[in-house]
Amino acid sequence: MSDIVRLLANIVGERYVSDQEEEAFFYSRDPGLMPARKPDYVVLPKTTEEIQAIVRLANREKTPVVPMGASLSLTGLAIPLRGGIVVDMKRMNKIIAVNEKSRYALVEGGTSQGALKSYLINKYPRLRHSLPDAPPAATIAANIMIHGQGRLSQQHGFNSDMINGFEVVLPSGEICPIGSASMTSDWFTKGAPFPDLSGLFLGWCGSTGIITKLAVRLYPNKKMRDVEIFLIDDEAIVPEVVFEITHTELAEDVLIFTQPLPAVFKDNHHVSFYITGDTDEELEFKRKILWKALDPFIKRKDGGFMSIPPGVKGSLMEMPQTSAARIADIKKGGGFEYSGPVVPVERYPECARKLTELAVKYDLAYSGMIRIIAGGHCMMYAFAFTFNRADANMVERTKKALEEVSDFALEIGGLYWKPNVDEQNMAIKRMHPNTRNLMRMVKSNLDPNGIMNPGNWEVV
Amino acid sequence: MLSLKFNVNVCKNCPTSDCLVKCQYMNIDKDTAREQMVKIYNGEDSFVLHDCVTCYACEEYCRRGNNPFYLITERREEKGILTTPRAITNQWVNIGEPTGKYRLGDVKGRVLSLGFMPELLQLVKGRLFEDVMPSYLFGNDFFCNVVFIHFAKTSIIKERLPVVIDKYRNLGVKEVICMHDECYGAFASLAPAYGIEVPFTPIHYFEYLYDRLKALSDVITPLNITVAYQRPCSARLSADKQHYVRDIMELIGVDLVHREYEDENALCCGEVMGWLYGYDLKYDLQKRNIDDMVKNGADYCLFNCNACQNALSEKVAKRGIKSVHMIDLCRMAIGEKPEMEV
Ligand SMILES: Cc1cc2nc3c(=O)[nH]c(=O)nc-3n(C[C@H](O)[C@H](O)[C@H](O)COP(=O)(O)OP(=O)(O)OC[C@H]3O[C@@H](n4cnc5c(N)ncnc54)[C@H](O)[C@@H]3O)c2cc1C
Ligand code: SF4
Ligand code: SF4
Repeated sequence: MSDIVRLLANIVGERYVSDQEEEAFFYSRDPGLMPARKPDYVVLPKTTEEIQAIVRLANREKTPVVPMGASLSLTGLAIPLRGGIVVDMKRMNKIIAVNEKSRYALVEGGTSQGALKSYLINKYPRLRHSLPDAPPAATIAANIMIHGQGRLSQQHGFNSDMINGFEVVLPSGEICPIGSASMTSDWFTKGAPFPDLSGLFLGWCGSTGIITKLAVRLYPNKKMRDVEIFLIDDEAIVPEVVFEITHTELAEDVLIFTQPLPAVFKDNHHVSFYITGDTDEELEFKRKILWKALDPFIKRKDGGFMSIPPGVKGSLMEMPQTSAARIADIKKGGGFEYSGPVVPVERYPECARKLTELAVKYDLAYSGMIRIIAGGHCMMYAFAFTFNRADANMVERTKKALEEVSDFALEIGGLYWKPNVDEQNMAIKRMHPNTRNLMRMVKSNLDPNGIMNPGNWEVV
Repeated sequence: MLSLKFNVNVCKNCPTSDCLVKCQYMNIDKDTAREQMVKIYNGEDSFVLHDCVTCYACEEYCRRGNNPFYLITERREEKGILTTPRAITNQWVNIGEPTGKYRLGDVKGRVLSLGFMPELLQLVKGRLFEDVMPSYLFGNDFFCNVVFIHFAKTSIIKERLPVVIDKYRNLGVKEVICMHDECYGAFASLAPAYGIEVPFTPIHYFEYLYDRLKALSDVITPLNITVAYQRPCSARLSADKQHYVRDIMELIGVDLVHREYEDENALCCGEVMGWLYGYDLKYDLQKRNIDDMVKNGADYCLFNCNACQNALSEKVAKRGIKSVHMIDLCRMAIGEKPEMEV
């Protein structure tokens, strides 16, 4: 046993540390396309104190520390680019408290989406959180760290907007509460009305600290939910349709999908929106207003509502939706990756055209999966490709297509969502120099030894 | 080039002009109706081409051998008057595109056609089908394409229906029992209207069920329930077979409620109307229809078409009415368990 392994074992116990080949193999990769890189150590802490001790040790040793949730972000964000210690957060999975009246849940930094979802269903059926469509093992803190989006993002913004603060272990090993919890025992805001420090951590992929506790906002969980799909054959019309839907302020999630397979989906853009209600009347009222909002398109024959067969409806109503995972295996061989820039909704037509252009150019199976964010201020447009991992040529083609998406996203004025390290560097290069400087100041002051998830958001 | 058989002289001398006079969606007197049909025939514009909601009913109303709705459909397409959002038409063009991936049972001279209705695969079971199963076929290669008359796209029907009929011809079938009346309408109404030869005898499944129930009459236990029949748009193309609903209900001891919206006056499920014309028409149709079922004391809504059932079953349930498909109801009468939730 090496010295560091012994020191880590002293912190977390022998069972929860490894420098063995098997673990190193698994922790060196994610399901996406980024190259694998083995960690030197893997550790699974149980408490905040253990994380503090790990970070202090890393600082002393100048060894990288990479926090990891379920490693499902697909762009290699939890792959230890420079080796070091991968801190697997999964054992920190307690739901510490739910404040029903103030509608938030306080959870530990490794709590999974699935765990919170089922806890709420069982104990607080009138509350829900903004569940992403990632597999249930994905963790809440990591999703916040990459500005994920979920079922309530159309109404309330990025999932990282739907938090009431957190506790973070700084690269120095100190604990720092962010938000109202810095002054009171209640978790009711992440910053306002004081200076909002959450931005020092959110979106930084763990390169400025490790979240150990997090207050997640909860929202009313209505008794009923339904979905409608509006079909459009011309991508140029999609932004107008989204504008009308969001104008009603009555839709829950608004998602768009476009894909050539199966044939029923070919040639069209499918704007699906969800409605919720506690009574039939409420649900029907919302349905009526939304349908009528789209009447002009129907009259012009520019779009129409499709009937949703019961089987399809079942899968659309799932939370998380597993259809993405199903599409992911169309080519067999389990390769699936998307590049999902965040762009203004009016860029939809360009994105749709680019997607089909790339699919033809690289001969790939594709799907466009779009989530509208914050009432239509922007959208996440996922250019998704599925590929067979055993087919090196197909993997290469997919990589090329995704690289083109990266260039294209910047060209049309978009921002990368959960960018891989190459995209981060492209973004940093393109940023206003003063913004870049500010980021550098933040990072170098918080993490002078550069030990936190190095390679990510490294402004030099 | 297939062309529609339509004798405008019959219209000119038509004493009733029932086609448009009886239309439930336009208020048209006899003289105007006749005049408009002649205009439509002559390729002139007519308000009918803009206001018809594609309920199919005038095909049934005309008792003089003309095909007023098919004519309206043809002229709309010629003039580029869209009934349906383009995207919905795309969707159905793609759904109905033959893929060569169909399912065939042990096909004999007499075959059950399940068309392209996946629910039918589930329904067609038990003793009622013993004497023909496993002779069946299913798949989009056998999709009748009749839906395109809603969409004012007879060109697609003219292109695809002969190919579909050829598939049947190649299988050498002599009698095709159509498990959906749109499919029956394709062979018994549309194909003859366009002079397409049908090399087999189409049999409406109502007729088949009636004969089978008679053969199994000793095992029928009267169901003693009250049903309202949801007559679909496609029933307009098989109006002469609709008497079987009453005949079957009598055989199996079911009370078929009399309602305002029955027979010629039936209302469709509203689903397609929603695609074409939006919320108000769909909602109005569904509300009037279900109110009428409730008012007349139906315990069950009896479905002939799976698409109607998908559209209405949740809605009737909310009004305390259960849903049952005709096949399931007949199976219940001979002591079998229904396949779909009742
Ligand atoms: C089929 C599929 C569907 C998806 N759908 C969605 C979706 O609808 N919405 C969505 O937002 N995402 C989606 N994703 C992407 C991704 O899975 C999620 O965003 C998920 O929440 C990531 O969580 P994770 O635990 O896997 O994160 P990881 O990949 O483990 O980590 C992400 C980043 O956060 C850092 N990190 C992890 N834990 C901490 C911590 N406690 N403190 C500080 N930093 C930390 C990591 O170092 C890494 O940089 C989907 C993925 C798949 C495969
Ligand atoms: S279509 Fe039939 S009902 Fe109508 S006017 Fe002509 S003959 Fe008469
Ligand atoms: S199809 Fe229906 S709506 Fe159209 S003209 Fe005929 S009866 Fe009237």
